Amino acid sequence: MRKQSKTGKIVLITISTLFVVLMLVIPLISVIANSLSKGLSFYLQSITTKTVLSAIKVTLIATGIALLVNTVFGIIASWLLTRYEFKGKQVLAALIDIPFSVSPVIAGLSYIMMFGRMGWASPLLEALDIKIVFAIPGVVLATIFVTFPFVSREIIPVLNAVGKDEEEAAAMMGAKGFTIFRKITFPHIKWALIYGMILCAARALGEFGAVNALSKTRGETFTLPLEIDALYLSGSSDSIVSAFAVSSLLVIVAVVILVLRSIFEYRGRKTQNTKEARVED
Amino acid sequence: MYVEVREINKTFGDFKASDHVSFGIEKGKLAALLGPSGSGKTTILRIIAGLESADSGDVLINGKTVNRLSPSERGIGFVFQSYALFRYMTVAENIAFGLKVKKQPADKIKERVAELIGLTDLTGLEKRYPNELSGGQRQRVAFARALAPEPGLLLLDEPFAAIDAKVRKELRQWLREMIHKVGITSIFVTHDQDEAVEVADQIMVMDKGRIEQTGVPYEIYKEPKTAFVAGFVGNPVILESFEGLKGFEKGEFTRAIIRPEFVEAFKSDNPHFKDIIPFAQEGVIRDILFRGSSLELKIDVGGVLLTTHRSLERRPVEVGEKMNVIIYRLYAIQGNETKLLENQDLKKIDPDNKRMESYLYGDGGYFTT
Repeated sequence: MRKQSKTGKIVLITISTLFVVLMLVIPLISVIANSLSKGLSFYLQSITTKTVLSAIKVTLIATGIALLVNTVFGIIASWLLTRYEFKGKQVLAALIDIPFSVSPVIAGLSYIMMFGRMGWASPLLEALDIKIVFAIPGVVLATIFVTFPFVSREIIPVLNAVGKDEEEAAAMMGAKGFTIFRKITFPHIKWALIYGMILCAARALGEFGAVNALSKTRGETFTLPLEIDALYLSGSSDSIVSAFAVSSLLVIVAVVILVLRSIFEYRGRKTQNTKEARVED
Repeated sequence: MYVEVREINKTFGDFKASDHVSFGIEKGKLAALLGPSGSGKTTILRIIAGLESADSGDVLINGKTVNRLSPSERGIGFVFQSYALFRYMTVAENIAFGLKVKKQPADKIKERVAELIGLTDLTGLEKRYPNELSGGQRQRVAFARALAPEPGLLLLDEPFAAIDAKVRKELRQWLREMIHKVGITSIFVTHDQDEAVEVADQIMVMDKGRIEQTGVPYEIYKEPKTAFVAGFVGNPVILESFEGLKGFEKGEFTRAIIRPEFVEAFKSDNPHFKDIIPFAQEGVIRDILFRGSSLELKIDVGGVLLTTHRSLERRPVEVGEKMNVIIYRLYAIQGNETKLLENQDLKKIDPDNKRMESYLYGDGGYFTT
């Protein structure tokens, strides 16, 4: 019996490892390998063309704004959902999760329907001379949409687990809202918040579908994933290698994020453990 | 009265958590809100603290209505059931928090923290974090933290619930002494009658959002005013019917509440009870529970199961053994009214209970037979 389960374990480990290596690791390594297939100088040249630099800029802008907005929103929403009782709370909690279940392309299209030339908000936007669709604001909005729930989904369980006793205790002693947040609540959610922000950033950097619907001008509103797609589709052997070179940038960032993620997940779990120790004895 | 609660009402949806609750507590007294879970005792505590607002009614502290004041303006120290210590602050930082928020000068804070650390016997633990403390130490930190800003009223929500049984007994006495030493008016919430009786100067018994009875512990125990109180304190057995119990007329009453100490069970050859054997009825021991210093006997008397305690010093008994059972008295219930009934047969031969006392503590050495 025992021997059998050991064999089972080995088989399962082999299958999982093979699967991960074949499906994930080898393709990513091949991206790096391909990106260097025409030499280092070609690589450097590929990632510094005008359109690529523009795409890097747009990607960073969209990611930065999405991260900022969703962090602020995530904290506020988590606070609201864990600290107050109101009608429709469950509905709101479910609505926040929409981006998890809706295809990003639909998110992009819905913004076109809303802000585009035929959209109901277009007279107002035209009057104010604001261009959203097929411009950088549209890219930013689409990025915000798809990364909406990441921060709040990480914080809400922590806030629920911690409870509001400490905050009430601080309030009883006369501490005001911001002091309570800074001194009492923030230390609890710190690691979960950072973890949520990392997930949010990773998703924002790699978003394709929603942004693709709203961004049509290469060199102006294209993000890195769109630029890679464009390079690849243009079909010459040079541009395909360039596509891999640009892709390698995102792969490197992904690896960095993976490492950061593991670190923060570990830190978060460590704090969680101390908390449990406290409850037990 | 230092604290007065007047006609407080509070509902959560359909649930009436406070139903015309009124009571007063004199300065320097330690009062207990006692009741089963869901009786509304914590709600009242939180309303006094300002953590919940009442639908109607007033809370007065030191003669002033505080309804409209925020929790921090009421001059209240609050010890949470979970203690709610700030997990990311040391013991000293926890105690200093309330003073820092009030922007007191640093040297004054240091002095006050040192004073409280000394008072609560936490010397040497100043730099520890809450998760590095034992349950009892945490309670003391919570207590010191609540006292630091020198509140006029201390509120404690189930202060012993999170502590294991052995330390709990010690801490009860510690808390009682400490509160009287500091001289602060205090209210604590508990569902444990022993705790309330042992620690408090005054007890308010609550059920279903209402105050059932207010009084000193002795009164609550000896003279329960309502059926609920009679059934809640003293670990009694509640009988839906008490027909067939010798010495009692059922009359108008519907139910009976009998505490273990109201029941005597003795062997037929026990000389101390020979005078009253005619008044006894037969009971069969159904179960024997070992309670440490005594045995708890479950005795079947004519179909009803009574509980009595039996000293370990007396002769051993066994399950299935037939005993002579006498019920000295019981609380008879009609609606929410309760009346103490004495055993009429015994009363005839012993109107002042003198004989009963001699059965219990007579020269013959009751406990040895």
